[in-house]
Amino acid sequence: MPKLSDTMEEGVIAAWNVEEGDTVESGDVIAEVETDKATMEVEVFDAGTILKILVEEGKAVPLGGLIAVIGEEGEDISDILEEAKSGGDSEETSDKEKGETDKKTDEEEESFDPVFGDLDEKGNGQPDDGRIKASPLARKMAEEQGIKLANVEGSGPHGRIIKRDIESYEPSKAPAAAPAATVSREDKEHRVSQMRKTIARRLSESKFSSPHYYETIDIDMSAVWDARKQINEISDTKISFNDIVVKAVASALRQHPDINSSWQGDKIIEHGDVNVAVAVGIDEGLVTPVINNTDQKGLQQIAAESKELIEKAQNRDLQPEEMEGSTFTVSNLGMFGIEEFTAIINPPNACILAVGAIREEPVVEDGEVVPGKRMKVTMSSDHRIVDGVSAAKFLNTLKRMLENPLGMVL
Amino acid sequence: MAELQFREAIRAAIDEEMSQDEDIFVMGEEVAEYDGAYKVTEGLLDKYGSKRMIDTPISELGFAGIGVGAAMNGLRPIVEFMTFNFAVLAADQIINHASKARYMTGGQVEIPIVFRGPNASAGQLSATHSVSYDSMYAHFPGLKVIYTSEPADAKGLLKSAIRDDNPVLFMESEQMYGLKGEVPEEDDFTIPIGKAKVKREGSDVTVVAHGKMYHVATQAAEKLAKEDVDVEIVDPRTVKPLDIETIVKSIRKTNRCVIVDEAHPFGGLAAEVGYLIQREAFDYLDAPVQRVTLPDTNAPFAKNLFDEWLPSPEQVIDAVNTVTYRK
Repeated sequence: MPKLSDTMEEGVIAAWNVEEGDTVESGDVIAEVETDKATMEVEVFDAGTILKILVEEGKAVPLGGLIAVIGEEGEDISDILEEAKSGGDSEETSDKEKGETDKKTDEEEESFDPVFGDLDEKGNGQPDDGRIKASPLARKMAEEQGIKLANVEGSGPHGRIIKRDIESYEPSKAPAAAPAATVSREDKEHRVSQMRKTIARRLSESKFSSPHYYETIDIDMSAVWDARKQINEISDTKISFNDIVVKAVASALRQHPDINSSWQGDKIIEHGDVNVAVAVGIDEGLVTPVINNTDQKGLQQIAAESKELIEKAQNRDLQPEEMEGSTFTVSNLGMFGIEEFTAIINPPNACILAVGAIREEPVVEDGEVVPGKRMKVTMSSDHRIVDGVSAAKFLNTLKRMLENPLGMVL
Repeated sequence: MAELQFREAIRAAIDEEMSQDEDIFVMGEEVAEYDGAYKVTEGLLDKYGSKRMIDTPISELGFAGIGVGAAMNGLRPIVEFMTFNFAVLAADQIINHASKARYMTGGQVEIPIVFRGPNASAGQLSATHSVSYDSMYAHFPGLKVIYTSEPADAKGLLKSAIRDDNPVLFMESEQMYGLKGEVPEEDDFTIPIGKAKVKREGSDVTVVAHGKMYHVATQAAEKLAKEDVDVEIVDPRTVKPLDIETIVKSIRKTNRCVIVDEAHPFGGLAAEVGYLIQREAFDYLDAPVQRVTLPDTNAPFAKNLFDEWLPSPEQVIDAVNTVTYRK
C-alpha cells in the first residue's frame, strides 16, 4: 500500500483493474485506492505477472501493507505468502491455533523457566481464563486515565496488559462498543469511509486539543450587494458572495499576519503566503480545497478557481495537493439560510470563519428605519495562537473591507 | 581521597578507630604475627602490640565466646574469621549469645562487637567453603549485617560498625581484597548503617545487588546499555537493617526489579526484598520481580559447573530481559 497522500495511514482497495495471471507493464494502473482524501490510482513500477492478489475490494490495508505480488510467471512466492499470513488478520491465526492445540502442552512446559517462572513468549491477546490480566502498574494507570482494561490488548505473557500497552493505547483502536444483540431491526450499519475517518480524527483532534473561542460580528452587506451586481455585468465568471468574502478575508489576513498562523507546539509559524481554504460539503462528507496565494488573486480568478475546485470536490476528483497548505478556512452556510453558526478550526489553521446568510431586514440609520442587508460572520480562534483582541481587530478589518468593497481594489 | 585496595580500606578503618579508642582490640587466626591471612591487619601488631592484636588458636567457638564476654565487660572486640564459612563453628556464640544477651538482660548489657571476614565463594573452594552467610545471620533479631561492594563503603561502614554498641557482622570477599577505589581519608568519615546507595542511575529497571554481586550487576548493566536498556543499580550495602525505602523509590521510577544475591534462593535476602517490594510498591510494578541467586544446590568443585552455579552477568541480563518484556 503506497503512500498516496501526506496524511493517509491506510487505504481501501476501491477496485482492482487486474486479475491474477495478468501481465503488467511499468506505469500500469492496477488498482484504485480510496485514501482519506480522494480515490487515487495505484501504478506499478515493475513489469511482470500478477501472481497473487491478497486484498479483496473494500478492505483496508495499512501503509506499507502487502496488497498483491508481482513477479515472473511460475515463480515460488510461498515465502512471501507465508510472511503475509503470519502478519495477517486474527481470523487466520486463530484457525492456525486450532490445529496446534495438541502441541500446546509441550509448549507450555517449555515456556516455564525454573529460574524465572512462567515465560510464555507472547500473549495471544485473549485472556486464557477469561480474567483480564494486567500488571498492577498498568491497572493503576488505566484507572487514572479512565481507560477500560477490556479495551486494551495486552502484549505481556498470557496477554498481560503492561505499562507500554496503556501508554500506546489509542481509544479509536478499541473494539467498537456495539454488541450485536443491541442492534435492532431498524438500525443500519455503515462502513466508516476513509473520508469520514479523517474528518472524525482531524476535527476531534482540533476541537479537543485547541482551545476554541468564538467572536461574531454583524456586517452591512448593502455595498457588496450593489458592487457584485455591477461586477457580474462585466465579469466573464459569475462572482458569488462567497468569492467576495474570500477575497476580503485574504486581504484582511495580509494585514493581520498573526491570524494567518499555525501552532507547532514549541513555536508559532506565521505563514508568508495567504492560502484560503473553502469548505465544500459533498455527499460523503466535507473537503477543504485551497485557493493558493489568495491575496494576490483578483476576484475573477478566485471565482474561477473556486468554481473548479467545488466541481472537482463534488466529483471526488480533488488531488491531495489541492487540499494541502491552507492557512485559513472559510465555511459558508449562507445559501442554506443559516444566519450564524460556529465552525471547528481546520488544522493546522489558527482560525476559521463561519459565514451566515445575508438577511434583508430593517435597520436603523441616522435615526431612521431603512431596509438593510446584513450578514453575520463568526470566527473560531485557537486561543493558543490568537487572543480575543487580535481576532476582534481582524474581524473589524474584514467588516470595513466588506462595507467599503472599493478598498479591496487598493 | 586516596586510592586504596579493599583490604587497605578495612585496615584504615580499624587503625583509625583503634588509635582513638583503647578499648578496641583485634582477635583471630593469624591476625597479628602473620599480618592477617589476607594481609588486612598488616602492620597493626607493630603499632598496637600483642595485647590489642591477638593471635588465637584454630577454635572459632572459643575466641568468638571470648569476644562476646569481653564486649559484655566493656571492651570493643573486632573478631576476624578467616572466612565466614569457618564461623559456622562459632554460630552458637553469635546467634545465641551476642544477638540475645542485650535482650535477655533487659538492656543491662551492651555487646559492642564486630565479627568480620570474607563471605561466600571465592573460586573453586568446593561446597563447604563457598557459602554466603549474610542472609542467614540477617534472619536473627539483634544482629546487624553488612556486606559491602567497594572500598569506600567498606571503610565508612566498618567504622560505624566498630562504633556501634550492638553486634555487627561485617562481611568481605577474598576476591575483592585487591579491588581498588577512591576512599575518603578523614578520620571522621563514616557511612551510617542501614543506608542503601543508588550507584548507577537508570530508568528501565532497578537491579538490587550488594557485595560481590554488585560487580556482576555492573557488568550486566554495561552490556544492557549497549542495547539501550537503562539499568539503575541500588546497592543496599547493609543487609540488616535493610533500606527498603531507597529500593522502593527506585522502583517507583523504573517499575521493574531484579535482585541479585549470592545466597541460595530459599528465604534469602532476594526473597525478603521481593516480599517488601510487592507490599510497598505493588501499584508501581509492571512485571513480577525476578531474582538471580545461587541455585538451590551446593557449590560444585568442577570449574565448568562452578561457573554455571555462580550468578553471572548473563543471568542478570536474562532476568532484566524478562522483567522488561524483551524476551
